[in-house]
Amino acid sequence: MEKTGAEIIVECLEREGVEFIFGIPGGCNLPFFDKLYDSKIRLILTRHEQGASHMADGYARSTGKVGVCTATSGPGATNLVTGLATAHMDSIPLVAITGQVRTDVIGSDAFQEADAIGCTRPVTKHNYLVKDVKDLAHVIREAFYIASTGRPGPVHIDVPVDIQRAKIEFSYPEKISIRSYSPTIKGHPLQIKKALELIKAAERPLLYVGGGTILSGATKELRTLAEKANIPVATTLMANGAMPFDHPLYLGPLGMHGKYSTNTAMQKCDLMISCGARFDDRVTGKLSSFSPHSKKIHFDIDPANIGKSVAVDVPVVGDLKTVLKELNDQMPEKNHKPWIEQIKEWDKKHPFSYKEDQGKDPFIKPQYVIQELHRLTKGEAIITTGVGQHQMWAMQWYPCKYPRHFLTSGGLGTMGYGFPSSIGAKLAFPEKPVICIDGDGSFQMTMSEMATAIHENVKVIVIILNNYYLGMVRQWQELFYKERFSASCLTAQGGRRTKENEPDPRSLKYIPDFVKFAEAYGALGLRLTHKEEVEGALKQALDSKVPVILDVIIHPEEKVFPMVPAGAGLDDIIVDMA
Amino acid sequence: MESEIFVKAGLLMKDKNFEPKHTISILVENKAGVLARISGLFSARGFNIDSLAVGETDDPTVSRMTIVVKGDEKILEQVEKQLNKLVDVIKLGDYIEIPHLERDLALIKVKADKNDRSELLQIVDIFRAKIVDVADHSVIIEVTGDEDKIEALIRMLGSFGILEMSRTGIVAMARGNNSLTI
Repeated sequence: MEKTGAEIIVECLEREGVEFIFGIPGGCNLPFFDKLYDSKIRLILTRHEQGASHMADGYARSTGKVGVCTATSGPGATNLVTGLATAHMDSIPLVAITGQVRTDVIGSDAFQEADAIGCTRPVTKHNYLVKDVKDLAHVIREAFYIASTGRPGPVHIDVPVDIQRAKIEFSYPEKISIRSYSPTIKGHPLQIKKALELIKAAERPLLYVGGGTILSGATKELRTLAEKANIPVATTLMANGAMPFDHPLYLGPLGMHGKYSTNTAMQKCDLMISCGARFDDRVTGKLSSFSPHSKKIHFDIDPANIGKSVAVDVPVVGDLKTVLKELNDQMPEKNHKPWIEQIKEWDKKHPFSYKEDQGKDPFIKPQYVIQELHRLTKGEAIITTGVGQHQMWAMQWYPCKYPRHFLTSGGLGTMGYGFPSSIGAKLAFPEKPVICIDGDGSFQMTMSEMATAIHENVKVIVIILNNYYLGMVRQWQELFYKERFSASCLTAQGGRRTKENEPDPRSLKYIPDFVKFAEAYGALGLRLTHKEEVEGALKQALDSKVPVILDVIIHPEEKVFPMVPAGAGLDDIIVDMA
Repeated sequence: MESEIFVKAGLLMKDKNFEPKHTISILVENKAGVLARISGLFSARGFNIDSLAVGETDDPTVSRMTIVVKGDEKILEQVEKQLNKLVDVIKLGDYIEIPHLERDLALIKVKADKNDRSELLQIVDIFRAKIVDVADHSVIIEVTGDEDKIEALIRMLGSFGILEMSRTGIVAMARGNNSLTI
């Protein structure tokens, strides 16, 4: 049957089971949007292409399926780049389809022309410029396959507008094979055997669990391994929820703002078992002093992660779920009670903690807000975050019950990720509470998507932990730049303040007024300044029939602790300022 | 006398800031944009390319690239792993501890008056190079060989005055049964 390129794209997307497509039309993708008009795929019109990419990402992270976003040529495509880079760093499967100028004018600096595949090449797993309509269906099939297999990642397809209009006799490519692409799934039996021997011999083993565990769907297998071999589990930021927070073997988060106990366990263990983690600098601190006494097993689907920054004793390349299944089959029961008791002692010494504000008119503690949210939602809500202090507090105080419930930009650290990604997740799970824990800086980067939330009736809750600052920048300036707050204050001209001229933020006019902002869009906006208001406001938000913004005013000097300063070793963890 | 020439030519000298070089051959899809993917990977990850040569193979859907990389073995390992991750890379091979041939071809235009020609001819002869063009005040020399040989010839020709030079970059192939094919 004869079909146009645009019809082929829509049919291929439908056959891939795409439920949502996030994006904005423009000159060079009009044929495609014209066909989407008749499609059963739900089209979500966003207000900025970055929002579209993060929504697709939030959908992908929360469901495990491929997220799809689209934009026109030129600025539409370049606006997607941040979202693609975000997904690339965290191995999230996306397919982005952009329009491009006509093939006969490519390279002529045509209106709204940009070298889109040139822009996305370093931030995607793979990309395509389709120059012949007969390649289109194959390319889309390949894109979904590549995005969702092996180490997942974003794939970008650039389709010139004349290719969208071109007609061809169409038959759907049921099977595809890519000769140059075949991810390793099964682990090498000999390597698994070696790993098994190391685990059997270990006295102080530690499971160092990363986002790959969630991506692989290996959380059940992880739990079996931990229980069978009695090994405590520490997670990276990306793996919040890989182990239920209330499991007796779950220790908590690792790294720069992780727990004293987990970081100490990392330093003292005699065997580290890394599962789908990549030894990120925010986890290891200074490499030369990282976990010096341990043998290291590294399970990873990406061979390039093996030995990239830390030398390991037993690397096992393969899909974690498959590998752990094989390992668990041969794993004898073990007991490491003294070691686990020891870690619990460390945790008792320095648990995550905060002090109530002792001032005359005490501020709300951000940690308390998240703690209350955790209590009210039983740790079962889907949480998204921006990037900064609030993100670290969310990690510390909202340990998740389930995987795919904590959506955060870990690798790229994209401010503005939280709000649009919460919309993507809520569309996928309309019955679950979806809460974006955000900062006042991060939220302002993508808050235009409130219109999308309202129009699509997506009842997300945004909790802005508003400290009137780019809080993490301020924290670093306070600790390492002599309290010279250069361009970090969001209520001062040029963002410039010193500690001396710092007023009580509650006496200042914050721009924008987030409550009025919410009202302007038809959302519910509440400002919280006192602790007593928190519980009631959270309950009201959870019951709301419209999107909610809770503008929670917190103290600008609030800092995230513990902290391993950048470049320092894990042993140099600062527990708090006192 | 001959050894003196080679010392002068730099063949027997050891550079103290020596950075090891590794030769890698890759078979890639013969598609638009593949070269940009490879070169982009090197610049993005801070790897140093010493030379890069590309050409079609006997299978027109496949190109072969030979890349010479500077760096220690750890860097080489990362280079190979990252290259292998590219979807368009079909197969990769290096030549560590494998008997193999490396060839570079250079065209070198050298200042040469009538009086210089006999000395030039002698040098060209020693290096088994060829004079492929003669003009009133210059000649073009074509030489094929491994990198050391070409570097040595370039040094020898330096005193005549090199006007222009063009090199292909190294291409490599393992000897015997060890073949890089799909």
